[in-house]
Amino acid sequence: MSMIVSSIGQGLLWAILGVALFLTFRILNFPDMTVEGTFPLGAAVTTAVITRGVSPFLACILGFIAGAIAGLLTGLLYTKGKIPILLAGILVMTACLSINLRIMGGSNISLLGKQTIFSNHFLESLPKYFDSVFVGLVTVAVITILLMLFLQTELGQAFIATGDNPMMARSLGINTDSMTIMGLMLSNGIIGLGGALISQSNGYADINMGIGIIVIALASIIIGEVVFGELTLNQRLVAVTLGSIIYRFVILIVLQLGFSTNDLNLLSAIILALCLMSPVLGKKLRLTKVLTQGGIKNAK
Amino acid sequence: MQNKPILSLKNIVTTVNAGTPSENIILNNLNLDVHRGDFITVLGSNGAGKSTLFNTIAGNLAITSGQILLNEKDIAKETVEKRARYLGRVFQDPKMGTAPRMTVAENLNLALRRGSSRNLTLRHLNKHKSHFKELTSTMSNGLNTKLDVATENLSGGQRQALSFLMAIIQKPKLLLLDEHTAALDPKTSFQLMEETNKIISEQHLTCLMITHHLDDALKYGNRLIILDKGKVIFDVAGPEKEKLTKEQLLSFFNDLVEV
Repeated sequence: MSMIVSSIGQGLLWAILGVALFLTFRILNFPDMTVEGTFPLGAAVTTAVITRGVSPFLACILGFIAGAIAGLLTGLLYTKGKIPILLAGILVMTACLSINLRIMGGSNISLLGKQTIFSNHFLESLPKYFDSVFVGLVTVAVITILLMLFLQTELGQAFIATGDNPMMARSLGINTDSMTIMGLMLSNGIIGLGGALISQSNGYADINMGIGIIVIALASIIIGEVVFGELTLNQRLVAVTLGSIIYRFVILIVLQLGFSTNDLNLLSAIILALCLMSPVLGKKLRLTKVLTQGGIKNAK
Repeated sequence: MQNKPILSLKNIVTTVNAGTPSENIILNNLNLDVHRGDFITVLGSNGAGKSTLFNTIAGNLAITSGQILLNEKDIAKETVEKRARYLGRVFQDPKMGTAPRMTVAENLNLALRRGSSRNLTLRHLNKHKSHFKELTSTMSNGLNTKLDVATENLSGGQRQALSFLMAIIQKPKLLLLDEHTAALDPKTSFQLMEETNKIISEQHLTCLMITHHLDDALKYGNRLIILDKGKVIFDVAGPEKEKLTKEQLLSFFNDLVEV
């Protein structure tokens, strides 16, 4: 039972990353590698300031801001520097490795005995693992609702149009460079916040904690699409969170089968590859229509 | 003629790949005055510079030298996004003019704010629906029943009709139609062309229309120009254009090829 609760908690916390990546991967239509650097960046900034006595809440905001700044850099390299987006992301991600070491002053920081967002009476009164369920649920719900509202604004619509048809967007007077930069800042800011919360949940930040997170975030998006099929944009945002929880359950089952945690990245990659191939495999295996359609369409 | 031109192109030179072996002068000292209410059909063989002319006016291509005066203001340095304030444009490719995963109403709503700033106010899509319904009803292809359908699920004709409506929903100072019916079947193409003509004359729009159909070029508009090697080599308007025949145009083109 406790393992299931723990998986739901992890799923909700990591869903923050999936929702953030949705903005770039699904709406702007490109893979943003920066996230592998901004996730540990958010964690590094947060843990570093917490150990210096800053309040955990403010530390989370600083994690968001640090991520947004990294996103800004990727955006500038891509739009103004004309560097291909994949490479721009990898450059900033690589640079973040050194920055993170500087911020942490070493390859990891422990939060043992420090005040974190999880150390308050209410959360500590909950049964084991329910604290991350609560924090994850509140955070991902607030982020999802804010994004839903944002995407319904004139600015949000211009943002969607930028990913959908940049040529048309420009001819309607939409500054696609600004929209792209804004999307990268917002996405990486939320990823930074995810890093802030997950490092506090884990009780430490580590220089290597970013490895493979893009695959995990993508997995929640793709699993949501494969499982739930064609949805409206708002429903798709919720599906990311459900996908993230399903992903944790799959991992839980696989670990029960006797794999070690060292195999996690391999397993994540295999799960994602299978999901991405599901349209092809579905046809081969004659799976139901829902499984084959994926839901790549229908983003508004 | 009327007094001041709404658009004035002066000695426009547009070069692609400048400074490289593949350097190519596409527009070569082109001059053109467009007056308010002009509906100009633009003819020219492939490579004559018709699309480059549009890309130059819209800002997709920077000019090497010359002036682009819109209401006597030089807009040559302005970006595509800035010029969108004055220009409505429809492309040849039905895929280019609309956002495929957004619905018809959402596309029209985007176009409604062409040129104005976009902020965090809610879009109020439903408030505009009756306006959109009315507007799309001017097209005889059932677009008005598809307001909530993603444009990727529309036919080519519906998409082009939508692109056209998006270009005129905010009355543009200048409308650029780049063979907007060329990708459609003859019947759909004819319908859209008739509707285009009707709306342009009703709303007194100023328009440049590229076409490869000599018949269309003769039938529509009050003025006809022919581009060749980056210059306007033929320019007739009014009664003179009325008198022009397809045979004259054909022989004109044949002469061009022989030179």
